[in-house]
Amino acid sequence: METVDLKFIDSVLAKHGGDKAKIIAIMQDLQEQYRYLPQDALEYIAKKVGMSESKLYGVATFYGNFSLDAKGKYVVKVCRGTACHVRKSSSVLQALYDATGTSEHSPNSKDGLFTLEIVSCLGACGLSPVVMVNDVVHAAMTPDKARDLVKQLREEA
Amino acid sequence: MRERIKNREEFLALQEKFMQARSREKRKVLVCCGTGCAAGGNLAVYEELKNQLAAHGAAFELSLNDNSGDAVGLKKSGCHGFCEMGPLVRIEPEGWLYTKVRVDDVAEIVEKTVLGGEFVERLGYHQNGQLYKRQEDIPFYKKQTRRVLEHCGHIDAESIEEYFAIGGYSALYKALFGMSGEEIIAEVSNSGLRGRGGAGFPAGTKWAQVAAHTEEKVKYIVCNGDEGDPGAFMDRSCMEGDPHKILEGMIIASVATNSPEGYIYVRAEYPLAVSRLSIAIAQAEEYGLLGDDILGSGKSFHIHINKGAGAFVCGEGSAMTASIEGNRGMPRTKPPRSVDKGLFGKPTCLNNVETFANVPDIIKKGADWFRSVGTEKSSGTKAFALTGNVVNTGLIEVPMGTTLREVVYDIGGGIKNGKKFKAVQIGGPSGGCLTEEHLDLPMDFDSLKKVGAIIGSGGLVVMDEDSCMVNIAQFFMNFICEESCGKCTPCREGTTRMNEILKRITQGKGRMNDIDELRDLASMIQVSSLCGLGKTAPNPVLSTLQNFEEEYVEHIRDKRCRCGSCKALSQFVITDDCIGCTLCARNCPVEAITGSPRQKHEIDPNKCIKCGTCKDHCPRGAIKEG
Repeated sequence: METVDLKFIDSVLAKHGGDKAKIIAIMQDLQEQYRYLPQDALEYIAKKVGMSESKLYGVATFYGNFSLDAKGKYVVKVCRGTACHVRKSSSVLQALYDATGTSEHSPNSKDGLFTLEIVSCLGACGLSPVVMVNDVVHAAMTPDKARDLVKQLREEA
Repeated sequence: MRERIKNREEFLALQEKFMQARSREKRKVLVCCGTGCAAGGNLAVYEELKNQLAAHGAAFELSLNDNSGDAVGLKKSGCHGFCEMGPLVRIEPEGWLYTKVRVDDVAEIVEKTVLGGEFVERLGYHQNGQLYKRQEDIPFYKKQTRRVLEHCGHIDAESIEEYFAIGGYSALYKALFGMSGEEIIAEVSNSGLRGRGGAGFPAGTKWAQVAAHTEEKVKYIVCNGDEGDPGAFMDRSCMEGDPHKILEGMIIASVATNSPEGYIYVRAEYPLAVSRLSIAIAQAEEYGLLGDDILGSGKSFHIHINKGAGAFVCGEGSAMTASIEGNRGMPRTKPPRSVDKGLFGKPTCLNNVETFANVPDIIKKGADWFRSVGTEKSSGTKAFALTGNVVNTGLIEVPMGTTLREVVYDIGGGIKNGKKFKAVQIGGPSGGCLTEEHLDLPMDFDSLKKVGAIIGSGGLVVMDEDSCMVNIAQFFMNFICEESCGKCTPCREGTTRMNEILKRITQGKGRMNDIDELRDLASMIQVSSLCGLGKTAPNPVLSTLQNFEEEYVEHIRDKRCRCGSCKALSQFVITDDCIGCTLCARNCPVEAITGSPRQKHEIDPNKCIKCGTCKDHCPRGAIKEG
């Protein structure tokens, strides 16, 4: 129990009244803090809300937004929705994989900076193809713009 | 400071006060801060407008609460739906629309327009050499009938006072003090409003079924904002641009069905919608429009927001309620239906965002007004997200029964880059495609069903001659495969097998009997899947097979993709138009292109990874794919 701050987790639990039905919101707050769901934290939460660890694990693994592995500082969501697809988002995705040194099967970059996620639609279809870095939407992407974006994020980091 | 409204008289007085305050504003500058325009930099434009107005000593107000009288109202609005031309700024009272606004343009806007009342031509919208000053005159808007989206982009989306000022919450007032629950439901039933989430179930019938459970004290109103269909963003714009309209619709549903608790389930990918709704709920609570004893009527209603966590299947009713309860979002067998046993096992009225957003006007203006547009069995309007290879992409709203031709050509401005129209994919992964022969088909629930497509949530993706239909079918099947929750075998295994077959066809490894096998699997999945996701999953394949079977055959027999979309089958070649500028060679990531300057270049097919970068960089269009 060294990696997680129990005080923080208790505060999250208190915010949601320790309610089992709020478990998704609880894990969302947890993930926002740690950028993933640390196992120790999940074990602690399961005990506190009176849920079996396996059930909690089941919920955590069902939803695409939850990650059991540490995510990078920048979570890059690449939209692969229909509108983006017909405007060639696949080449943007490939450029991002190459620029960050990630791939479909290892979405986390070694330097801990980037996690690449494919999402099905960001709802900004008018600006396709789009990429969202953390909560910021980048519109009308091209492979060149994608490479520049990675470069810029690296400099900022 | 917002004080709780204690009774109906106070409500009317307050509404009057803000109507006055809004009409006193001599000019309004509405800066679109929807997801699209915010991404384009409009937040900075807003800040700069504030600075410049202050620097010029102009009287301006950021909120109707400032109540400073004759000032310029500077407001952050929601989405206008014309995202392609963003960032957008609307000027009132003239109704002018400025497009592609940059921070550098602000000084001119303030000096000429705000202070001088003059139009800045270069920021206006031009089409075919003609300037359109007023937003409503632009062809994209002119052919629309905006009801649900009426105020999107025209009011400050973060201010309940603005919503009061345009007559907001009047419908709730009427429902609370002038109508019985039965009368409200009768009005909704008579309007013919059908669920806008896809299936088109009559809303009034659903409400009546929930209301009939008089034995239950706890019942729920759930608003489905889990707009998961790729290529759809109507609900996002509505939640961002006019959140109080949705809340008002939900409160009316709560009054009609006597349900004291409500939930809005919003996709995690829509952070701005979550934030705007949260603000709206907090404001409504402060005024006592939500909470206990609403406007002194004795009725109570509480709304909670649940953020989705990235599972498409949660858009299905029973999966959504499972998710709100804190479980894996998996559908269950029906019956019992949600109206009998839904959220936490209680009767639940579950409607889509757009359905709720239609309610206030139905109550305020009546069922007959609502039925005045649309078709007999599909009344009212429908919002569509028009995207893909079309000139004007964006959010549109048209009467039900409008033809595809009107949407694609009159509003959408036709196909991009002068290409030929091929098909429109409607209804996302549960829908189908419409082709040239369907251009004059009225788009309503029943006409579309007849041709194997559905309105679905309203995504319209236009595809030109370069879009491969097998590729699109595989794209949707891949999506469904990943999003199938895995509970029932037909969907879990069936869609995986269909995806495998489609994948091998797009890779040139298909067999002739694959087409029959796809059809067999499709009918099996359709009849035996547990929920709507599985039952409709084969639609994109069946519909493309029906309309474009010859393309499937070409992929299998000739190992050829006529559109060059299937990378494994395509080859890049440089034609004689090459001027030897070396741009392609310099940009090729794998050094597959060779050639001397001013000489025709060559691509080594063994090295080429078919990324298309060369084609994008070629100034002469000398690189062909096929």
